[in-house]
Amino acid sequence: MQKILSILLENEAGSLSRIIGLFSQRAFNIESLTVAATEDKSLSRITIATTGDHRVVEQIIKQVNKLVDVLKITELTDISHIERELMFVKLNAKTPDAREEIVRTMEIFRGQIVDSTNQLYTVQLTGKKEKLNAFIRSIKRQSDIIEIVRSGCVAIARGERALVP
Amino acid sequence: MAQELFSGAEMVVKALKDLHVKYIFGYPGGSVLDIYDALFQQNDIEHILVRHEQAATHMADGYSRSTDKVGVVLVTSGPGATNCVTGIATAYMDSIPMVVLSGQVATHLIGDDAFQETDILGCSRPIVKHSYSCRSATDIPSMIAKAFHLAQSGRPGPVVVDLPKDKLNPDEKYPYHMPSEIKLRSYNPTIKGHSRQIKKAAHAILSARRPVLYVGGGAIIAGASELLGQLAEKLNAPVTTTLMGIGAISGSDDRCLGMLGMHGTLEANKTMAHADVIVALGARFDDRVTNNTSKFCPGATIIHVDIDPSSISKNIHADIPVVGSVEVVTQQLLEAFEKEESSLDAEAIAGWWKQINQWRAQACLNYQKNDKVIKPQQVIESVYQETKGEAFVTTDVGQHQMFAAMYYKFKRARQWINSGGLGTMGFGLPAAMGVRLAHPDSDVVCVTGDGSIQMNIQELSTCLQYNLPIKIILLNNGNLGMVKQWQDIIYEGRYASSYMESLPDFAKLAEAYGHVGINVSDPTKLDDAVAEAFALKDRLVLLNVQVEEHEHVYPMQIRAGAIDDMWLSKGVKA
Repeated sequence: MQKILSILLENEAGSLSRIIGLFSQRAFNIESLTVAATEDKSLSRITIATTGDHRVVEQIIKQVNKLVDVLKITELTDISHIERELMFVKLNAKTPDAREEIVRTMEIFRGQIVDSTNQLYTVQLTGKKEKLNAFIRSIKRQSDIIEIVRSGCVAIARGERALVP
Repeated sequence: MAQELFSGAEMVVKALKDLHVKYIFGYPGGSVLDIYDALFQQNDIEHILVRHEQAATHMADGYSRSTDKVGVVLVTSGPGATNCVTGIATAYMDSIPMVVLSGQVATHLIGDDAFQETDILGCSRPIVKHSYSCRSATDIPSMIAKAFHLAQSGRPGPVVVDLPKDKLNPDEKYPYHMPSEIKLRSYNPTIKGHSRQIKKAAHAILSARRPVLYVGGGAIIAGASELLGQLAEKLNAPVTTTLMGIGAISGSDDRCLGMLGMHGTLEANKTMAHADVIVALGARFDDRVTNNTSKFCPGATIIHVDIDPSSISKNIHADIPVVGSVEVVTQQLLEAFEKEESSLDAEAIAGWWKQINQWRAQACLNYQKNDKVIKPQQVIESVYQETKGEAFVTTDVGQHQMFAAMYYKFKRARQWINSGGLGTMGFGLPAAMGVRLAHPDSDVVCVTGDGSIQMNIQELSTCLQYNLPIKIILLNNGNLGMVKQWQDIIYEGRYASSYMESLPDFAKLAEAYGHVGINVSDPTKLDDAVAEAFALKDRLVLLNVQVEEHEHVYPMQIRAGAIDDMWLSKGVKA
């Protein structure tokens, strides 16, 4: 089962490689990983989607916490939270029919066309992983997918909870 | 008066001085020559010039293990740094505080594949507690202070500090600032056990009818021996130690069952298997202890005390986890017992000892001597007698290591020094050298084998340079004994590359390096040869003992079995 972990760590050279190295070193999975500096430039925030049973996730949390650079780690999956992923899909839109179908499907999924040429549409979509997957399944039937890029999920707890130093 | 200014190289040396460093183990090279020049101009820190950088890390390691100080290594960039990798990994696996200062090519050359450039931070990342790269010379003192703080606090470990050559430039001088206190917002090891967990643990322990204390290297790091003794006495509980925990309690103590695990004693493994409460103190349920984890001590309530939360419930689920230093938590437990209403069932404990003593009576460490060939076990016993159990003993890795662990009764913590986690052959000699520097008036013995000794034998030259009269006890069976043992048991005696043909004349080799070499192969002359070696107080002696070629280390756990499924001798199961 997918688990989402949020990590707050020092924004220093090598910090990210320590996290990624730890996952490969201890044979933990990374489904997706996003990272960026926070408003406080000395800190980075990482969201990792991983898989594993309770025991594995407990080990991941402990091992990540043990890294000297890490201030905090929390698992969001079991608490109320919001998660989103951004995706761009470049689609073949040669015929007028195809263009219409793409626009219809995109509207159902609340996407936007962010670029177009005579041949192609580039669609932007945000949502949970399942929604993006559903869009891909649906659009595949109507159009050739040229290219997809996904951001990996970012997530935040609902309510008062916050991952701060 | 103008403020005194220092170059980066001078700051390195001054910072080490301020951190009370006495010895640095290292090897010079292009990118660290400015540091060597700064070292040359002072007398507070002595630099020990090794013959191979790996040995520098093991020397620093042995120095650290036999004291509780941080071992310091100084090497150049590229091969100097990569040669340290095995030593860093050795220290990491056994939680030994070490700081490795590695030179690096100048900042503007990093990434260009410059001469002797290696990304040592990348190479060492999985085997360090932390690492730093120097961005500015003025950061050097605080960076080194942080490295020391991290290396020795919490669960100790090695820290690498990478120093690009341009940051050491003797022509660029800056004010020196050493912070009076180190604080890291992201690093706060838990030392004291949580009171609720302590209460739970105390209650479970006092309710035990068949308790056992399972003690690991964490007890030695924490300096918990005295409190551990009090705990064992208070509970009248048996104590077994891991390979890393040997010495935490005296091997001659009545309550000490010796080592547990793969080559543990029958009584230690049986006691674990039949215990109802296991109190793990600074041990990590390593696979060389547990054997098959699915069969591990199914009936026992497990209390796991460790300073590293990630060690708890990693291999074996802990029923009562307690995060904290073994010393502090043991003290807390002793205090908590006073508040508990329940008390130990002395009768049950007496019955438990009766059972344990029956296992003990099987005398699993007995072995057959003869008058034709020396048995490796009797060499260790002879060394034990000669040194009255007072020597520091280092080992390499293999059969000789197990024989030393089983047959030398260590009296105190930090007396037994071996590479337990990584199992590094070539560790013993340089480690012994570090121990001897820290304890110039003590007997320091390196028990080794004909395979292991050749992995760092070049350090005999360093021993001569710094006058380190170590006693090297070489159990020479002409084979890679432990490999051969497994090939006997698992591979039907197919000795794939476990036989060492063309071994050198070790005694002569020692003499060629300027030391004393003694050969012995006659069992009746063993004790005299050992006595002769130790009588030469001021000389390094290599005692080359020809031992039985086909001896196996027993007892030995049966693969994939329970903790107490063991071979007691060839073909004989417990």
